[in-house]
Amino acid sequence: MTKPALPDAEDLLAGLIERMRVSVTPDTALIGIHTGGVWLAQRLHKALALRQPLGTIDVSFYRDDYGSRGLHAKVRPSDIPFEVVDADIVLVDDVLHTGRTIRAAMNELFDYGRPQSIRLAALIDRGGRQLPIAAQFVGAEVSVADGEQIELTRNEQDRLSLVLTRQGAA
Amino acid sequence: MTGLNPQLNANGELQHLLTIEGLPREIVLHILDTAHSFLSVGEREIKKVPLLRGKAIFNLFFEASTRTRTTFEIAAKRLSADVINLNVGTSSQSKGETLLDTVANLSAMHADMFVVRHSQSGAAHLIARHVAPYIHVINAGDGRHAHPTQGLLDMFTIRHYKKEFSSLRVAIVGDVLHSRVARSQIHALTTLGVPEVRVIGPRTLLPTNVSELGVHVHHDMATGLKDVDVVIMLRLQNERMNGALLPSAQEFFKYYGLTPEKLANAKPDAIVMHPGPMNRGIEIDSSVADGRQSVILPQVTFGIAVRMAVMAILAGNA
Repeated sequence: MTKPALPDAEDLLAGLIERMRVSVTPDTALIGIHTGGVWLAQRLHKALALRQPLGTIDVSFYRDDYGSRGLHAKVRPSDIPFEVVDADIVLVDDVLHTGRTIRAAMNELFDYGRPQSIRLAALIDRGGRQLPIAAQFVGAEVSVADGEQIELTRNEQDRLSLVLTRQGAA
Repeated sequence: MTGLNPQLNANGELQHLLTIEGLPREIVLHILDTAHSFLSVGEREIKKVPLLRGKAIFNLFFEASTRTRTTFEIAAKRLSADVINLNVGTSSQSKGETLLDTVANLSAMHADMFVVRHSQSGAAHLIARHVAPYIHVINAGDGRHAHPTQGLLDMFTIRHYKKEFSSLRVAIVGDVLHSRVARSQIHALTTLGVPEVRVIGPRTLLPTNVSELGVHVHHDMATGLKDVDVVIMLRLQNERMNGALLPSAQEFFKYYGLTPEKLANAKPDAIVMHPGPMNRGIEIDSSVADGRQSVILPQVTFGIAVRMAVMAILAGNA
């Protein structure tokens, strides 16, 4: 079985930058969700020349599957180096799927304060939402089978690419 | 509960935290890494995360404690758990109830976790062997045996200031004989690959077999502290001052009390730690306790994050 070709991550990122450029202000704050979302947010932050320092978030302490799966094996510190109260925030993630990660990220953000607004940017929207969550900025919509995962990877030259993996596959 | 290590479940995950001895290095590092993330939670406006909502954590203290009990309580509350504090010495036990009956009754009240301090070595192990499989036990100090969360928070403190364990010289000073803290520290330092651990104290306050734990024994502060990166002072237990182990507190301070002059033997950037409560003027001079090399108060702050990490990891390993 041949894998369906995934779009080029760098092309999608370039499109995402253009779409966001027209609707962010210099004071818009970006928060990347670990790990792929942080890579994207770093690139977006630079390309959009934003004034606020970049934030990063790890949603492990807010996940809704802690009761069944326990604490994530690798938790990184969340770092929100700007005032969240009244901020105009764009959350950045690599792949938008069920929406549960975004729910967790929003819950965590509200423990820092009450933002003016939160929007969502995702490189890939693969559908399959289980919560009423939508992205305002999307690189591409891609449909893949249920058991498949789209992962963002980054090489030593900081080049981003997408790979398709199957759950349970070697 | 299976295998040789009663702390681990069938999947090799942490089920109880009873001692650092025999704990896999990956688990120790996982706790320290997770604590690092919890540290930033403590700096936020809302210092709580929802992980342990609906869980009941019983602080079972059969022995007096302020710092440890309070930081466990804060840690549990920051994880959104319900916390029940019991100073058992003053209640059922004085009416003759056994330890296991007390625990069985609290389990019937739907306890999810016990944090246990007891003057008897092995008390937390005993409870861990008898509770239902979904209940987790944390040893908050048992006799002279172990105080694992103190050992872990000390490792967190060392890593915070010194970054790497692999090139450090660490000296543990004072009453090692009676110290469960020292035992936990020695096991933790060894597990994390600290190449040189020294213990310094009079012969009467060092266990006879202490070198079997892989430490270097010194009886003189000047040579013992020479070029160390970390100085850990232990509390001289006042209640033992009148025994035959020591001539007097003044005598002890003269030879082993940490003064600026003695500390000058250590590296210039050495940090000074103490698990508390401190006896100023007995094991440590006030000018050192309050000095620029002291990290004694940060230890307390880090203790909350480390205890949050231990509780969150345990409760997640259902």
